[in-house]
Parts: sequence; C-alpha cells; structure tokens
Amino acid sequence: MKDISVKQFLQDVKSGNIDLNDFFSGVIEKCEVIQEKYDAFITLLEKLQAPRSKGKLYGLPLSVKDNICTKNIQTTAGSKILEGYIPPFDATAIDRTRNEGAVIIGKTVMDEFGFGTFSVNSTYGIPKNPLDLDRTCGGSSGGASCLTSAADFPHVALAESTGGSISCPAAFTGTVGLTPTYGLVSRWGLIDYANSLDKIGCIGKNVYDIALLLSAIAGNDSHDSTSLSVPKQDYTKYLTKDVKGMKIGIPKEYFEGVNENISKIIWAAIKKLEDEGATYKEVSLPHTQYALPSYYIIAVSEASTNLAKYAGMRYGLHMALQGNFDEYFSTVRSNGFGEEAKRRIILGTFARMAGYRDAYYLKALKVRTKVIEDFKKTFKKFDVLAAPTMPVVAPRFDEIEKLSPIEVYMMDILTVAPNLAGIPMISVPAGEVNGLPIGLHLMGDHLEEKKILQVSHAFTKT
Amino acid sequence: MDYWKIDKELVKRVADNSRLKLTDEEIAKFTKQLSDILSTFKKLDEVNTKDVKPSFHPQEMKNVLRDDKAEEWEWEPLANTKHKENKYFKGPKIV
Repeated sequence: MKDISVKQFLQDVKSGNIDLNDFFSGVIEKCEVIQEKYDAFITLLEKLQAPRSKGKLYGLPLSVKDNICTKNIQTTAGSKILEGYIPPFDATAIDRTRNEGAVIIGKTVMDEFGFGTFSVNSTYGIPKNPLDLDRTCGGSSGGASCLTSAADFPHVALAESTGGSISCPAAFTGTVGLTPTYGLVSRWGLIDYANSLDKIGCIGKNVYDIALLLSAIAGNDSHDSTSLSVPKQDYTKYLTKDVKGMKIGIPKEYFEGVNENISKIIWAAIKKLEDEGATYKEVSLPHTQYALPSYYIIAVSEASTNLAKYAGMRYGLHMALQGNFDEYFSTVRSNGFGEEAKRRIILGTFARMAGYRDAYYLKALKVRTKVIEDFKKTFKKFDVLAAPTMPVVAPRFDEIEKLSPIEVYMMDILTVAPNLAGIPMISVPAGEVNGLPIGLHLMGDHLEEKKILQVSHAFTKT
Repeated sequence: MDYWKIDKELVKRVADNSRLKLTDEEIAKFTKQLSDILSTFKKLDEVNTKDVKPSFHPQEMKNVLRDDKAEEWEWEPLANTKHKENKYFKGPKIV
C-alpha cells in the first residue's frame, strides 16, 4: 500500500484503481502499529463500516476526536465519567461526512472534555509526538494531530477547538489545522465544553485536505440554534488563487514573549508572502493581553454548567446506588472527573456565584466585546492576520509536569483571542527550530474561510 | 471586598455546591492554584467596560424557532444505563 495524497486517492478509488477491502485491511494494520507506538486512539475500530455512498469523500479514512458523537461507537470525550457511553446517533458533522462516503477508523485521544493544551489530561493514554516521542502532540485534539502526522496513508481528522485545540496540536506536529468561524459547522452531537466557544474543525496533511473536509461539514443545521445560515460551498475552489494584492496585518502583540527563533521563522514566512505579491503592515490589537483571562472565565463558567449533567444515572460511569442522591452524585463525580475538570468546575462555579458573577463572568463577557471590536476594526483594513501559532515548540513531557495550571493556561496566549472572537484560523507549518515544527497562524474575519485558505495554500504550495 | 481572593472555606463551599468531594490535600492544593490563577486574571479590572455590552456569543445570535411538529426519533433511552427497573431509570434515594 503506497502513501498517496488524499486527492490522488479519491481519484483512484473513483476510477476503480483501488480495491477498498484490501485498502482498509492495510489501514487497520497501520493504525494498530501507530497506536502501539504513539497512543493516538481511544477507540480503534477492528471492523470498518462500508462507505454509505460514492460521494466526494468516497472511501476516505476519517478519524474523529472523541468528543464528537458516533452512532454505536463509544464516545468518552476523554473522560472516565463517560466510559462505555455508546451514542444512539451520529453528530451532524459525522452524518455529513458519512453521507459523502467517508469511513470512520477510530476515535482519537483528547484532554478530558478539551481541558488542556498537551493532551496529558486524558484517562485513555497520552499521545506522543511522532517527531520526538518525549514531546507532546499538543492539545486538546492531540490524538488527531498525532495520527495525521504519523499516518502514511490518506486520512483526514475531525477535531474541535474551544480556545486553540486545533491550532496548537497542528503547530506542534507539523500538520494543518482549520478552526472555522463559530457557527459554520453544526455542534449537534458535540459533547459541550463551552457552548459559545466550541467549533468542530479539521486537521490534515495539507491545505487541500482540510478545505475538502470543511466543504462536507459546513452549512446550516436546524438541530443547532447557533448554526449560521450559510449556503454550502466547495472550499477547494479557493485554492487556485494567488495572494497578489492581499493585505496582511501583523499584530505586534502576538510577538511579545515569543521565542526569538520562532519569530524569525514567522517573519521569513511573511516575507515569502510578500514575494508572492501580498503586502503587509504591523498593526495593534490593544486588548490582546486581556483575552486570556476573559477566555478562561467564560470557558470555565460555561463548562461548569455543562458538566452538571454528569451524575452516573443515564449513561457513562455508574457506581453502586448507595446513599441519598447528593451522596451518590458526589461520589460518581468525584471518581469520574479528573483533576483539571474538577479545577475548572470549581473555578467556573465560583465565577458564576452570587456576589462574584458581575466581577468575573459579566466582566469577562464585556472584555470579550472589546477583543471582538479589535478584530473587526482591523479586518476593515486587512484581509488576513498572520502571527505565530504557539509561543514555544512542542514541550517535553518532563517540562510539562513542572508547569503550574496558570503556566499551562498561559501557553494559549496566542490562540485564545481569535477563538474568543469566533473568527476562522488556520495553522500551517512554516519551518523548524531544532527539528521541531513551527506553525504560522492565519486568521480571517467571520466567514472569510476562503481568504485564509487561499493564503495558506499559496504559502504551502511553493 | 477583594473579589480576586479565594480561601479554603470558599473552595470547600464551591466544591460542595458542585457536588465534588475533595480531600483536605485537594482543597489546599486547589486554593493555592486558584489563587495564582485569580491573581493573574485580576488584570481584567484594568479594562474600562463602562457602557460596553457583554458578548454572550462571538456574533449576535437570533432566536431560531421551528414549526411545532414532532420528529421521528428512534432510540432506546435506557440502552446506556445500568440502573434501571422495568421501563424506568432507577435513581438514588431522594429522602
């Protein structure tokens, strides 16, 4: 079985040059090897379902982050409290990819409910970076980026971002990650972390692959009241254009505290885009420094209400029915949630408590307005913004162990603002520092996926 | 009142409200960690948000209503529970 591009594979399947049964046996074997080496999966399927149609993704292996519900396939969101949960339905994003003929191969590892930056907060194994086994794949979609980086067969990954959970793992593994505009992809069937921030998106080996997957999953869904009324479209058609005349803004705050070698690579990337015909100018987004506290307060507030439903009654972890309901629920929740989940539940409950709500939650939502206004003003003058995705290269696990919770949160400093504003973003590989990949982060205005796809494609094709 | 301070009693109270049982060590650890987090988040006070509207979503959202028609939905509600009796969920004691 040769490693060919997704594009080539889909053409070959269509023209009958590939026997799908043989191909899938090969894929399962390869995934078993990857699982053994890197721990990318929570659930690796032993038997694959036949493609539902001969659509645009006919026969294409698809991995799914484990917080997206898959009918008859265990879905845990990385948490012990959902162990054994078998959804009776497919999420809309799953239904749409299966309608196009994609084939689910397994569910990928993630930080519990998306609570993390390195995928170390999972009950089901920690994915190791295929480029250096002592290092993280990033998080929280670490299994998705791990598999995408390791796979020597055509594959795309469905992932999800709340505050950077697609961009970060893509940057750390040298893959391409797309976080769409909030509301472009239906959240029906996504296990909520923070409803006003969660976005289902894609991780792939190149820009074409993510544009293709986005074309399948985007578009209005009546099951999700926050889903935008946007017609379906083929996003791959934007990949033929060059960047001549494109105006790129360079937010200066996004280079503060960034490793110098990383800044150099990002500036080289900007010059390269200039050589291709784009123009650039430095800009200021003055509320950037406030995005992190605003993001975390909103995210944990929403998370703490979302996690209230896990009580060991209807699905997931069950324990012996002892004591009254308060005692039973407390026992199940104390056993089922990991440490970071408990920390965020407490912080979120605190931020919404009478007497504190205005100072924390409401204040954070007002600061969010200021962060959004910064972006909206900037996009009146620029087509895209370019910055480093992460301030550091993928850290080693022994370095991660030494970090305090607030030090871990600070790692999200460059990704939280665009996530808070719900604007689309793509991380593409821009170079290496000591053999470790660096991500260039391209951000666009709401629903301007086409522009960031166009620039990412132009940047990566040469 | 300093909103950005948290102590062990408050952590314990919030944990009880959240139906989480914490050990004394966990309470001590969380109090320290949450204090570190809040002292960093205090920065929000620097932003003048007078007359600024809160953003509950990234873009303004409108209420979406559908016709009041039942949809077919085939599934077995009790399929994922271990605590059931006859056709009912079986829960812990209420009183």
